[in-house]
Amino acid sequence: MAPILNIKNLDKAYGPVEILKDINVAIEPGDFLVLVGPSGCGKSTLLNCIAGLEPITGGSIEIGGRDMTSVSPKDRDIAMVFQSYALYPTMSVAKNITFGMKVRGVDAATQEKKLKEVAHQLQIEPYLNRRPSQLSGGQRQRVAIGRALVRDPKLFLFDEPLSNLDAKLRVEMRSEIKKLHHRLGATMVYVTHDQIEAMTLATKIVVLKGGVVQQIGSPAEIYNRPANLFVADFMGSPAMNLVPAKTRPNGQGRLIEIRREDGAPIVLHDHHAGDLPDEVILGLRPEDVAEAGFRAGEDVQEAECLIDMVEPAGADTYVVSRLGGAPFTARLHAETVAKPGETMRLAFDLAKVSYFEPQSGARLN
Amino acid sequence: MTVWLERNLPRMVLAPSFIAVLIFVYGFIGWTAWVSLTRSKLMPRYEIDGFIQYKRLFASPRWDTAMDNLYIFGGLFICISMVLGLLLAIMLDQRIRIEGALRTIYLYPMALSMIVTGTAWKWIMNPGLGIQEMVRGWGYESFTFDWIVNPDRAIYAVVIAGIWQSSGFVMALFLAGLRSVDGEIIKAAQVDGIPTWRIYTAIIIPSMAPIFLSAFIVLAHLAIKAFDLVIALTGGGPGYATDLPATYMYAMAFSRGDLGQAASSAMVMMAVVFAIVVPYLYSELRAKPHD
Amino acid sequence: MTDIPLSTQTSVAGADRKGWSTIALRWLLFVMLGLFALFYLMPLFVMVTTSLKSLEEIRTGSLIALPRSVTLEAWRTAWSGACTGIQCEGLRPYFWNSVLLAVPAVLISTVLGALNGYVIAQWRFKGANIIFALMLFGCFIPFQVVLLPMARMLGILGIAGTIPGLIFVHVIYGLGFTTLFFRNYYVTIPHELVKAAKVDGAGFLRIFFAIFLPLSLPIITVSVIWQFTQIWNDFLFGVSFSSAGTQPVTVALNNIVNSTTGVKEYNVDMAAAIIAGLPTLFVYVLAGKYFIRGLTAGSVKG
Repeated sequence: MAPILNIKNLDKAYGPVEILKDINVAIEPGDFLVLVGPSGCGKSTLLNCIAGLEPITGGSIEIGGRDMTSVSPKDRDIAMVFQSYALYPTMSVAKNITFGMKVRGVDAATQEKKLKEVAHQLQIEPYLNRRPSQLSGGQRQRVAIGRALVRDPKLFLFDEPLSNLDAKLRVEMRSEIKKLHHRLGATMVYVTHDQIEAMTLATKIVVLKGGVVQQIGSPAEIYNRPANLFVADFMGSPAMNLVPAKTRPNGQGRLIEIRREDGAPIVLHDHHAGDLPDEVILGLRPEDVAEAGFRAGEDVQEAECLIDMVEPAGADTYVVSRLGGAPFTARLHAETVAKPGETMRLAFDLAKVSYFEPQSGARLN
Repeated sequence: MTVWLERNLPRMVLAPSFIAVLIFVYGFIGWTAWVSLTRSKLMPRYEIDGFIQYKRLFASPRWDTAMDNLYIFGGLFICISMVLGLLLAIMLDQRIRIEGALRTIYLYPMALSMIVTGTAWKWIMNPGLGIQEMVRGWGYESFTFDWIVNPDRAIYAVVIAGIWQSSGFVMALFLAGLRSVDGEIIKAAQVDGIPTWRIYTAIIIPSMAPIFLSAFIVLAHLAIKAFDLVIALTGGGPGYATDLPATYMYAMAFSRGDLGQAASSAMVMMAVVFAIVVPYLYSELRAKPHD
Repeated sequence: MTDIPLSTQTSVAGADRKGWSTIALRWLLFVMLGLFALFYLMPLFVMVTTSLKSLEEIRTGSLIALPRSVTLEAWRTAWSGACTGIQCEGLRPYFWNSVLLAVPAVLISTVLGALNGYVIAQWRFKGANIIFALMLFGCFIPFQVVLLPMARMLGILGIAGTIPGLIFVHVIYGLGFTTLFFRNYYVTIPHELVKAAKVDGAGFLRIFFAIFLPLSLPIITVSVIWQFTQIWNDFLFGVSFSSAGTQPVTVALNNIVNSTTGVKEYNVDMAAAIIAGLPTLFVYVLAGKYFIRGLTAGSVKG
C-alpha cells in the first residue's frame, strides 16, 4: 500500500537555528502516528510543517501520494485539532464547525447534514448554539474534534489536544479519540509529550529529541527495545532502570557485574548476551525485577539487595534499592513484605534486558 | 498568482503605513535636521552651513528663558504630579465607597483640551476678577495672587494648570499599579502583623517601579511638548516670561519667519525627548521581544 | 496592553480595628479626598457659573458666587456671535470643522491601526518587529520636528489649509498609537486561531473580518475614544495647518479668548471653553473605562 503520509529528508531551520534535522517518516492509511518527545524537541513544529503552517527548509512532504511541500494548508486535505482548541470565540459551536465548509462554498443543506452527523457522533447536540466561552474544557475539546471531523480529510493532525484537560478527563478523551480512530479507520498524526498517551494511542511512535528522530517503531518495539538511552529513559513510567555495569565473557554468554556501595558487586549471568564491550549501561524495566521465587527460567538471576525505600502505589509496590550508584526500582506485588533497611532477594529477568553503549547511548543488543 | 498574493498580502497591508511613517516621521526629521544646518530664513535653503543656527539658538536670551522655563515647569510639573497622583491613589485605595465618583472627578481634566484648561485657569487666576479679587472680597485686602501677569511667577501659574490637568492621570496609573500587586504578598504581610503604612512603603511602592518610570516618561513627554497650555494661559507672556521650547519653535516658524531657528530648536527638543524615551522604549522592546 | 483592574480586589485597608485614632484617620482621609475633589471641580464650577452670569454681575460679584440671575446670553454669543478676529460667527462653524475633521480621521486611523496591528501580531514576518518599533517611536517625537516639512508637503499635495489636509496629518501621526493598541490586543490572542482558520481554508482578509474583527469591540472603542480625544483637543496641528475658514474649534476658542477687539467678555469665553470641551467630556463620562484604558495603554505597554 502506498504511504498516505511520506516525509522525506525534512529539514527546518529558523535562520541559523536548526529545529528539525533530516526527518524521514512514512505511514500507511489507518495508522495512528504519535510524535513524542520532551518540550522543545520539534514535534509541534513537525506537525505544523505537515499541515503547511510552517514552510520547510529542505526535503519533501507527500500526502495521499501528492507532493504537498509547497501547497497551502487549505489544499492539503488535512484537519487539525489544537492544544488551545483554537475555537473561534465569537462564533457559536455550530458556526465553528461549519466555518470551514462555508469558506469552501459548500451548500447550506450539506453543511447542515454534516453538522448533524458530527454533532450526533460527538454528543454535542445540546450546545450547538452556545459560544465556546460557555463550554467546559472537555466540551470545547469535542467541538474542536468535531470541526476536524466534518472535513473528512485524508489526515487528522492533533497538536497536544489533551494537555489542557484535567487528569480524569484526559483519560476519558484519550479513549474516545482511540475509539474514533477505530470507528473512522482514519489516519492520524498526534503530538504529545506524554509517553503514556503515546503508548496507548499509537500504532506507530516517533520519538524526537533536539529535532532528530531517535526511534520509529510500534509501541511494543519502542518500549521493549529502545534504540538508545534517551528513548529508554523517556518512555515508560517509572522509568527504566539504567545502571553502569562491567561485563566479561563466561562460557556461554557473559557475566554482568554491577557495583554496589554497600557490599560486594552483584554478578548476574546473561546466557544469551552476545558480544558486549567491557563497560555497558544495563537497562531493566521495574516490572522485569520481581521477588525471588515469583519468576523462574534460565534468564532469571537472583541477588540479595538492600532496600532503601518502599513506595506502595495501590496495585503494585515499588521497591527502591541502590545499584551501580543509582536508585534501582523494582515493581513488586502490593502485598510484598519488603521493608526499608532490610535486605531482600530480587529476581532479575535478563530476557528483557537492554544494553547500551555508555558514550553514544546506542543500543548494543 | 493567488498564492503569491496570499503570501504577500500581510506585507502589502502594512506597507503603506510603514512608508508613511518612514517619510512623515523619519524623512521629516531628516529634513528638519538638514534645514537646521542651513541659513534658512523665510524660505528653506539647502546649502549646509555648519552649526550656525545652534550657535544662534544657544546665544539667544529668549531660548535661554525657554529652556530655563522648561526645567522649572518640567521639574515641578513632573514631581508634584507624581506625588499628588501617588497620594490620591493611595487614599483611593482605602476601600472608599464612592471611589468611582472620586476617580471620575480627579481624572476628568485629562479629557479636556489644554486650550480649554488654559482658558479656564486664565480666568480664575486673572488678578482683576479672579482668586485675588475673591480673597480680597473676603476682607484680606492685601492678598496678592498675580502670578499670571507677574513675569517672575507666570511660569508657576502654568505649572498649576498643568498639574490640574494631568495629576489625575498619574493617579489612575498608580491606582492600577497598587491594585496589580500580588494579593497573596499583601495577605502574608498582614498575617505577619505589618502595619498598613509599612506595607505600602516596604512592599507595594517598591514593586511599582515600572509604573513610576511610565508615569515619568509620559509626564516628561507632556512637559516637553507643552505648547497649547502656555498659548492659552499666557500666550508666552508677559513678554517672553513663559516661553517654552515649543512656543519658541512655533514663533520662529510661523511669526518670525526664521526657519533655521525653528528647525534647530525643534531638533533640540527632539534630542531631549530622545534622551528620555529611547532608553525606555529600548528596554520595553527588549524585555518583550514577542509577546 | 495592561488592563487596569479598577475593581477593588486586594485593597490593603483591611483590619477593622475600631480605635479612635483609626476613626480620626478615616475622617482625615475623607476630608483630604473631599478637598482634592473641590480642587479638581472648582474650575469647572467657575466656568459654568461664569458662563451663566451677565458681564455686569461678573464685574461686581465674586468668582465663586452662584449667578443671581441665570442668562444664556453668553452661550448664544459663544455659539453664534463671538468674534474670532475679524469674523463674528461664534464657535459654530469651527465646531463643525472639528467634527468634519475628527470623524474621518478617527475612522481611517482606527481601521489602518487594526489592520497593522493584525499583521504585526498575527502574521509576523521578518522585520515586522522593527517596523513596529519604528512606528512606535513615531508616537513619541515632539511634533515640532515635523511641523515645517509637513507645512511644505501639504502645499505640494495641494491640501494646505484644508480639512482633508488636517485629516491627513492626524491620520499619519495617529497611526503609531492605533497600531500599538491593536497590536497589543491581538498579541494576546493565540496564534492557533489563525492556524485553525488557515486549515479551514480562510485567507488573510477572511480571518480578519470573520474572526478578529468581531473580537475587537473593546479595543476599537479604546482606539476611537483615544483618537477622538487627541484630534478634538489638538491645537498645534490645527493652528499650524489650517486657514481662516477651516480652523478647528480649539483654535477658534483661543482666538475668541485672545481677540483684542472690544470689551473682554469672560462669560462668553467660559461658555465657548465649555462648548469646546463638551464633546470629549461627554465621551469621558460615557465611556471613562475605555478612556482610561487608552491612556494607560499608551504608557504601560506589555
